[in-house]
Amino acid sequence: MASFLRRRVVSSAIPLVFVVLGVFCLARLTGNPVDLYLPLSATSQQRAEFSAAHGFDDSLPVQLWDYLGNAARLDFGVSLRTGEPADAMVLEAFPITLQLAGMTMLLAVTGALLVGSLAAYRPQSAVDRLAGLLSMTAASIPDFWFAIMGVLVFGVALDWLPTSGTLGGPEVWVLPLATLLIRPFGVLVQVVRGSMVGALSAPYVKVARSKGAGALRVVFGHALRNAVTPVLTVAGDLAVGLVNGAVVVETIFGWPGIGKLMIDSILQRDFAVLQAAVLLTAVTIFALNILVDVCHALIDPRVRQAVPA
Amino acid sequence: MPAPDGRIPSGAATSSRSRPPRWWLLLGRDRTAAAAATVLALVFLVALSGRLFLGDRAVRQDLRASLRPPSLDHGFSGLLGTDVLGRSVLARLVDAAGTTLSIAVPAVLCSLLIGSALGLWAGYHGGVRESVAMRVADVILSFPSLLIAVVVLYVFAPGAMNIVLILAVARIPVYLRTARAEAAELRSRLFVDAARTFGTPASAIIVRHLLPIALPTLLTVATLDFCFVMLTESSLSFLGIGIQPPEVSWGLMVAQGRQYLRTAWWIAVLPGLAIMLTTVSATVLAAWVRLATDPGQRWRLTLPRKRRGARAAVPPEMIA
Repeated sequence: MASFLRRRVVSSAIPLVFVVLGVFCLARLTGNPVDLYLPLSATSQQRAEFSAAHGFDDSLPVQLWDYLGNAARLDFGVSLRTGEPADAMVLEAFPITLQLAGMTMLLAVTGALLVGSLAAYRPQSAVDRLAGLLSMTAASIPDFWFAIMGVLVFGVALDWLPTSGTLGGPEVWVLPLATLLIRPFGVLVQVVRGSMVGALSAPYVKVARSKGAGALRVVFGHALRNAVTPVLTVAGDLAVGLVNGAVVVETIFGWPGIGKLMIDSILQRDFAVLQAAVLLTAVTIFALNILVDVCHALIDPRVRQAVPA
Repeated sequence: MPAPDGRIPSGAATSSRSRPPRWWLLLGRDRTAAAAATVLALVFLVALSGRLFLGDRAVRQDLRASLRPPSLDHGFSGLLGTDVLGRSVLARLVDAAGTTLSIAVPAVLCSLLIGSALGLWAGYHGGVRESVAMRVADVILSFPSLLIAVVVLYVFAPGAMNIVLILAVARIPVYLRTARAEAAELRSRLFVDAARTFGTPASAIIVRHLLPIALPTLLTVATLDFCFVMLTESSLSFLGIGIQPPEVSWGLMVAQGRQYLRTAWWIAVLPGLAIMLTTVSATVLAAWVRLATDPGQRWRLTLPRKRRGARAAVPPEMIA
């Protein structure tokens, strides 16, 4: 297990290194930071002093080294908009998105396991076809449009739910969660159903049935553990994609999460904050990939021994 | 849309029994898939030829006609109502169809071509080339496409060309993984060994022997990916970092209609419906293409729907 984990950490860390380097290169590609931070009227002496103070006149390797050191200390400079330290802003926004995303994945996986298993139990039955239609539609709806429709129907027309903001009881969660949930749920139902149909036609399920095991026991006790591996892989990919959804949902519902922070800093060219947000997202995705791998290894003993491809 | 007619041997007329049925006959038997194909064909037709008939209707402003609800009284332009500047929503929908497809189609084609070529090459040769290609795919796939887009569009100006580039790069790994898996399985098959024994160069083996077998799967993935690319482009445009006014795309229309949600629902609702209709059709058609291009499964399509049995699972590599 330990060697398996070490291997996975190393191979998952490669993308992380690329992001750190990529962010550094982008910071240089956006043009001279001196022009970005100083007013147009600054004299050339002021420019030279600013460059020297912030190390922009050092050679590129030295700058890269400084950048790595600062990133390790979570020092990304201050926001151009608010003057606050960028890392504080990002760390403040992060838990909101994490809560939202965690809730979404929990609900999506649980719901999809139930609905998908139900559909797979009798292939081509009415339930199966209804689940197929619903999940296909759910996976194809543009999320921003779904959110707006939710606001229009439940917020404006019926006046049941608040249309934006995080203040209030549990009802503020309904529309953002539903919007974020819809695509992962639709996709996962299709994956669960497909892999469950395969598992339920395997010989060991026939044996379990012939020994008199009930439907619940057959599905959740016997078939599920074998059927869940592809579900886990796809769920991991979807969780990465949830960042896309979070940007949209937080923008529409005015949640001060990391998605909204990223879009705002891009629209107002606040590079320090964007840099910190991108790095934190990358680290989270790195951790998530490791978590998915560990779950794989816990569920499937073959994975633990497998030689990496 | 990708039609599998090229793979059906047309010259073998000697025995009509062994010849697989024509793809359009198969399509006609499946009503859902036929409907989906019709919708997609219609969308493409409108996108390609719509602008010829529009004239300036999509941009002509008429403040007296501002926020007019859908009605039959004002001819073609007023059929689906007008926006706040009095521009015809229907004309703008037609115009936006052109923009949306002119981004989605090149992006899908680029990633299909590059991803498949790299994947087949890596899978056929194996070894170091294979692991390097797969690592690159992992690196790209472990980032949310919107995040890449956000960062790249920060540096370069948002524009159709850059969006196509970003979407194409972001989706290359999907094809790369699929093509590699197919090629890796095929490279040890007897007919590939035979070709190698006769001294066929690797490039010829890949093009003549591997590609025809991998193509159906790759086309299915491309059909599904078309949905994903369309949705991402709409999200980007909706967020204001995609298509910029005065150009118009469906996602941008939803964004522009959002402020008038309470008074003029049609501006935001209709483009969303257009996106959904197109993506659902593509998904349905992709499921059908998968069956129709698989010689082992094609016979199922000749049965009535109820007796077809369990459909195959959604390939996990299409989703990300």
